[in-house]
Amino acid sequence: MIRINRNLAAAVLVTLVLLPFGVLIMWSFSTRWFYPQLWPAQWGLRAWQYIFGAAGTQIVSGLIQSILVALVTAAISLVMGVPAGRALGLYDFRGKDLISVLLMLPVIVPPLCVAMGLQLWFIKLGLSETFSGVVLVHLTFCLPYSVFVMWGVFSNYNPDYENQARSLGANSWQVIARVMLPLILPGITVAGLFSFLLSWSQYLSTLIIGGGKITTLPILLFALMGSGDRPVAAAVSIVFVTPAFLALLFSARYLGGQSIPGVR
Amino acid sequence: MNQEYLASDSLNMGTRRLAQDANPRTRTRAGSLTIGKMVAPALVVVMVLFGGGLVLGLIQSLGHLPAAGLHSLSFKHFANVLGDPDFLQSLMITLYVALTATLIAAAVSIVTAIFLLSLSEKNRLIHFIFQIPLTVPHLVIAVAVVFMLAPTGMVSRVIVKLGLIQSSAAFPLLVNDRWCIGIILTYVWKEIPFITLMILSVLRRSGVELLEVGRTLKAGRWQRFRYITLPTISPSLGAACLIVFAYTFGAFEVPFLLGQTYPMMLPVWAYKSYSDVDLLARPEGIATGLIIAGIIVVAIVFSQLLTRAAKRRGVVL
Repeated sequence: MIRINRNLAAAVLVTLVLLPFGVLIMWSFSTRWFYPQLWPAQWGLRAWQYIFGAAGTQIVSGLIQSILVALVTAAISLVMGVPAGRALGLYDFRGKDLISVLLMLPVIVPPLCVAMGLQLWFIKLGLSETFSGVVLVHLTFCLPYSVFVMWGVFSNYNPDYENQARSLGANSWQVIARVMLPLILPGITVAGLFSFLLSWSQYLSTLIIGGGKITTLPILLFALMGSGDRPVAAAVSIVFVTPAFLALLFSARYLGGQSIPGVR
Repeated sequence: MNQEYLASDSLNMGTRRLAQDANPRTRTRAGSLTIGKMVAPALVVVMVLFGGGLVLGLIQSLGHLPAAGLHSLSFKHFANVLGDPDFLQSLMITLYVALTATLIAAAVSIVTAIFLLSLSEKNRLIHFIFQIPLTVPHLVIAVAVVFMLAPTGMVSRVIVKLGLIQSSAAFPLLVNDRWCIGIILTYVWKEIPFITLMILSVLRRSGVELLEVGRTLKAGRWQRFRYITLPTISPSLGAACLIVFAYTFGAFEVPFLLGQTYPMMLPVWAYKSYSDVDLLARPEGIATGLIIAGIIVVAIVFSQLLTRAAKRRGVVL
């Protein structure tokens, strides 16, 4: 009896999680679906052909734009986040608490305040409506995240391995490349994924700083929701989810079945 | 990915670090110069971009906008926003949405976490599926909610099929509605996995020994939950709730897509004023944004003080 209840609860849980995706997939493959039909009267690939055909240049360039912004943001976050995380995780020093508060604030304060404040300054610097401007504004909240992840990673890191390598004659670069990086690779993967996905789902800050010139996927999706073409909006939504889903699949496999919070 | 996820990690880490230093090998030896070099790039970027954004926003919201011929500095725009008769309504609806979504998500999460704990850890598929919402952008779920709850959405179709209503006109408004049901549902769906996984990781680490002791001492089910499980999970549950509250209070996309046109939620209102064709409305938009940020920070500080005071009085939390 308990067993049946348990399976039932698990089934309900899984259904509730997957339901929105089911609805989106159905809409994206429907060509005629009038109220109040439960199933589309006609299935077809119109929406998919539209987004990769007629509107292909726009959607594909949006996809590429999104991927590039997120990749560059994640890369910079890592390059700066790893050393900062190492310092915070391995060493005790004055001002550590202050630094953690300073890094915590961008996580709590909504991006819209920062983006609105930065816009005028970015216009003056010529960064508004540019790729770098959008990356910079995303960096404001992606960077603190990767610092925090790497902080956690280095809290459980044993620097004695590095001393051993050094005593065996390795130079600084060899220590970093052959000892430190392999040891913290799972953490780096997680930090990179977080920054990527965080930048990937930004809408308002991209809109304010990008000024409609940097059209990432969320910006296209909002425009499509306004146009009211449901199958196309559904198809773009699915495209929008896919990288996140792949990232999850990848991390689940790569991190050996550990969940995303598996850093610690 | 939802940004809350990591924040929780950092909050956790903060508390852990205070309780006992996380890394037993922590050392102070590396020269302060080296440490400075390692932290400085990240810190400078965050301070320049984030701090700069806030400070410049503040200057603009105080009315210094040379482009529009405004040079004075005053709290006029803040006063305008706070004195606007619609402000109180917007604030109330924003608070209502953020609090309701957080509380519902927290309550469901406690039950779900205890349930997932009872499943064997080998049941990877369910755990994997349960993680999917973490990575999905809010916007996509908002779109799906429109498809499901709009008057011509899936739910309405099912109800018509069942013969409970005749047409979409009889279907209650659940999207762009007065009670913000669509917004709250979107947030609840997104945040339950987040809070659940936070609690679950604590429960996994704590083991069953305490519960067994409780049982041998003849504690009932409710007593075991109230005095063993709840105190175990309350720090991370609290942190998760704060993060969810901060996010839902200041997020723009979901209320923009699913909210009613009047009264608007605060973030939508801020952006509406900011992007107004009238340049003079812009400082008010930024002022609204800063007020949102201020409320979030005050709420977090206040809740921390409150829990601390409660603990000092001996309340088991």
